[in-house]
Amino acid sequence: MQPFTTVDGKAVALDMPNVDTDQIIPARFLWRPRGDGYGGLLFHDLRHDAGGAPKPGFPLDAPAAEGAAVLVAERNFGCGSSREHAVWALADAGMRVVIAPSFGDIFYSNCFKNGLLPIVLPEARCAELRAALARNPGARLIVDLAEQTVTGPVGVNDGFAIDRFPVDPLRRELLLAGEDEIGFTRRHEAAIAAFEADYAAAMPWL
Amino acid sequence: MTAGRSLFDKIWQRHAILTRPDGAVLLHVGRHLVHDGSRAAFRQLAERGLTLHSPSRTFATADHYVPTAPTAEVAPHRQEMIAALAAHAATHGIACFAPGDPRQGIVHVVGPEQGITLPGLVMVCGDSHTASHGALGALAFGIGASEVAHVLATQTLWQSRRPGSMRITVEGRLGNGVAPKDVVLAIIARIGAAGGTGRVIEYAGSTFRAMSIEGRLTVCNMSIEAGARAGMVAPDDTTFAYLAGRPFAPQGAAWERAVAYWRTLPSDADAAFDADVTLDAAAIVPMATWGTSPESALPVDGRIPDPDREPDADRRQAMRRALDYMDLRPGTPVDAIPIDRVFIGSCTNARIEDIRAAARVVAGRRVRVPAWVVPGSGLVKRQAEAEGLDRVLTAAGLEWRDPGCSMCVGMNGDVVPPGAHCASTSNRNFVGRQGPGARTHLMSPAMAAAAALTGHITDVRTMLAGGA
Repeated sequence: MQPFTTVDGKAVALDMPNVDTDQIIPARFLWRPRGDGYGGLLFHDLRHDAGGAPKPGFPLDAPAAEGAAVLVAERNFGCGSSREHAVWALADAGMRVVIAPSFGDIFYSNCFKNGLLPIVLPEARCAELRAALARNPGARLIVDLAEQTVTGPVGVNDGFAIDRFPVDPLRRELLLAGEDEIGFTRRHEAAIAAFEADYAAAMPWL
Repeated sequence: MTAGRSLFDKIWQRHAILTRPDGAVLLHVGRHLVHDGSRAAFRQLAERGLTLHSPSRTFATADHYVPTAPTAEVAPHRQEMIAALAAHAATHGIACFAPGDPRQGIVHVVGPEQGITLPGLVMVCGDSHTASHGALGALAFGIGASEVAHVLATQTLWQSRRPGSMRITVEGRLGNGVAPKDVVLAIIARIGAAGGTGRVIEYAGSTFRAMSIEGRLTVCNMSIEAGARAGMVAPDDTTFAYLAGRPFAPQGAAWERAVAYWRTLPSDADAAFDADVTLDAAAIVPMATWGTSPESALPVDGRIPDPDREPDADRRQAMRRALDYMDLRPGTPVDAIPIDRVFIGSCTNARIEDIRAAARVVAGRRVRVPAWVVPGSGLVKRQAEAEGLDRVLTAAGLEWRDPGCSMCVGMNGDVVPPGAHCASTSNRNFVGRQGPGARTHLMSPAMAAAAALTGHITDVRTMLAGGA
């Protein structure tokens, strides 16, 4: 997995609460192999009409959002279905960071497996960032995982701050190293085997 | 003095293989369910050249991509997903319920039905509605494809922190025509679609004690729609009676030993919870959603809210967007919302009690709109047919189909036409969930059946009383 250290990227705001993973990637695309790439399908039905023609006005399609790496969203982003394809779509479209007041738990966990960093900031600060980005299209945010900071928006004189964000130590450690979690866990094989011997003796019916 | 332990605490602590100084826990997974959407995880395993860690703890059934009409022509990409599951199951030596096997069905119907789901277990599945299995006193939650691959390879899962806890207590008797689905919709309306985020919910109180396992499955199933990691109900005699004799449940002397252990699992009287919510069962009435988040559930005698009265700007905008998508106007009575389609099925409401509830409402009457009943498994289908429910339903004009996720998920060919309002017993009313442009109204099987008869959302209590 690609390690995550710092990202200095163009940010784009999405002013919608409860963006579920069906919106991020509709179910009818999920059979496609991972290798085919999901970037072009990101938010597909919000960006296309029933006939498949582009629908104007979606924030990610604004010229200033071209090449954006940071998404600033609303509460409960990524709720709903466990589909990891939602993270694949964001990552394949070039996103490295999603900032929101809260996330769907499974989506939040899936992000870390794919080098995408989900950041929880207070609701008021997220709203402030989205407003600043609306006033300053194409403004950048700098995210430092080791320091656990979001800095910006930079390049504009509007709403600037340095925010610290929380992240669980194990997730931070694996993401900073770009470490494969299965390989990491297999280093604990002896502990797993010992647990299983005890567990099998206690619950032989399983 | 230490505080008492909750059901969740007991299962969590029992399955912690190791705890890091930073609080991260390596959790053992007792049983793992996979389905025909799990192909990516098996591929990850193959790419790493790894074998399956615990074949006997892994169970497979096809549900997401299967057709639910015997005559349906299955698109090649869907056939490929179904075939891939059978092939991976054969390669790794996993018990697999493929189409044609009477045990095949929706993974969250099959697990309990087969006795794969047991109290005190950690159970996972690459599907967000895995919380369902908490109805039997398991700690069960959904995971993504990478985590599925991790469980396949190691039979463990990292939890970087202990989830928070929430106890939702409902006391009292439910009124006539009020179903477990109404209870969980009322809960979500109360705490919101993110009300349980980061938490495990324990459903407590006399209402759940009196509820059947199937009812508890419906409630726990929708925990995720309140944002919760998991939902669970303490195992009791109802649980043990349900499980006794099921194929993958313990038998004989092992059964006695298992029950003795399961009786130690309920939360201690002095167990602490991070949050407590209480509802009065007598105040819960039949519910339906009007919007595009399950939190938009309203009592059937309510009216669609007015965004102009919503003080929060973002919420106001979200309400307007939902009204626009649903083509509805503020102030409209819920029971005036038109219904063009009805879907009775899904991992939330496709069990025998759900089908009985629908049949009871439509018996001797005639539906006005196209309505499907999709049983949750081959065994549910067989049971319903043995009871003659299929004949009651088809005589009323409903379509009786084959088991699968069907119209809940919009990926198997079963979809609601664009623009149509669908009364659905499923769990999500998200934009496009049941097909592009589909407008979903979540409700109980009895309420969906009532809507099928009238062509609009209808208080099923008027029908049970012998009304129109």
